Amino acid sequence: MPRKSTHIDMTAMCDVAFLLLTFFMLATSFKPPEVVTVRNPGSTSTMAIPEGYMLITLDKDGRVFYSLDEMNVKRSVIEQINNDKGLGLTPAEIESFMLGGALGVPFSQLKSYLALSPEEQKEYAKTAPGIPADTTNNYDVNELAYWVATTVGHYPKGRIAIRADGEAGYPDIQKVISTLGKQKLFRFSFITDPKGVPPGTALYEELSGSNAATEAE
Amino acid sequence: MEVKGGKKGNPRIDLTPMVDLGFLLLTFFIMTTTMSKPKAMEIQMPFKDDKIPKEEQSKVKNDEALTVLLSKDHRVYYYHGIGDDPENPPEVEYTYFSNEDGIRDVLIEKKKTVNDLISQGVLDADDKVTVLIKPDATSTTDDLINILDEMTINAIPVYAVVDITPVDLDFIKSPESGNSGAAAE
Repeated sequence: MPRKSTHIDMTAMCDVAFLLLTFFMLATSFKPPEVVTVRNPGSTSTMAIPEGYMLITLDKDGRVFYSLDEMNVKRSVIEQINNDKGLGLTPAEIESFMLGGALGVPFSQLKSYLALSPEEQKEYAKTAPGIPADTTNNYDVNELAYWVATTVGHYPKGRIAIRADGEAGYPDIQKVISTLGKQKLFRFSFITDPKGVPPGTALYEELSGSNAATEAE
Repeated sequence: MEVKGGKKGNPRIDLTPMVDLGFLLLTFFIMTTTMSKPKAMEIQMPFKDDKIPKEEQSKVKNDEALTVLLSKDHRVYYYHGIGDDPENPPEVEYTYFSNEDGIRDVLIEKKKTVNDLISQGVLDADDKVTVLIKPDATSTTDDLINILDEMTINAIPVYAVVDITPVDLDFIKSPESGNSGAAAE
């Protein structure tokens, strides 16, 4: 018997593929450019951090950067800072803040930083001084405290995450923890890379115990 | 073998496997991008309120406590107890973060010791192993995260990160803690 022709009309398959592509293009958003490279420390924690958190980044030289995921809150924060500090930001500069990545400049340089183009900002961020921070609660000196207080004021339920480079010295991370502590913020997260649980330890027993229990069901 | 679609003589390639591969790649990338969310380690710092008078602040018993000092080059100094008795300075030793013979073994030992003391009646049944973590100015974030991770790995029930005291800094510098090399620097 002669073989039947295997012509399948691929038009439908093509349509589905383009539909999926369009969906993912519209549903996902561009991540803001990585302004500062940080090597995360490793930990056995497997909890993923949910969306909508304030991120304080600490690079290995101890420079502090600030970023926020929640767009509505981000707008309220920059508008309040603009009013309180009298920076005179133009709408274009505010948009630059909204779309930009992590911010690492003191208030005195904020306007000129936001006036730069994204490429120039990325270049500047390599040598930017970072947001001034120390262990006091003095808003004039500890600008990080000001950013944190403003954010928490508009977003009290927001989570706080610290992404510190593994080589960042303890005094620098102590400044960030102390700044949060002075504002009674004792609950936060450290961003870490996953690390395997060593066998034979209490955590390993606990995890394999719960696995065995679910398998026995 | 005849070329398929024979009569015209044009080679018509069946594209079905290519579409299969395409979907396979698409599925692969969908799965991997959701998994690359950064992991987070939850921290709850001890509640510090200067207005609470000293008497009401929670007391740690000397027998249940282990003090860990984080220092330069990933060194971990440790001693049993709180170290607040100037008459009886504790014996300070040091180790590293290794899987064998490191701080993990010290923590496992401490848990065993405290459990023995509870069964002997020296400590109450609800006393738990308490670790006081005191990083000094030369330690790094890696050290802090590693020691906090060791707390989770060994299921240490109570721990706190506190400020290092001048007494502890002296312990690190003193030659009795096996630190003759660093003292000479």
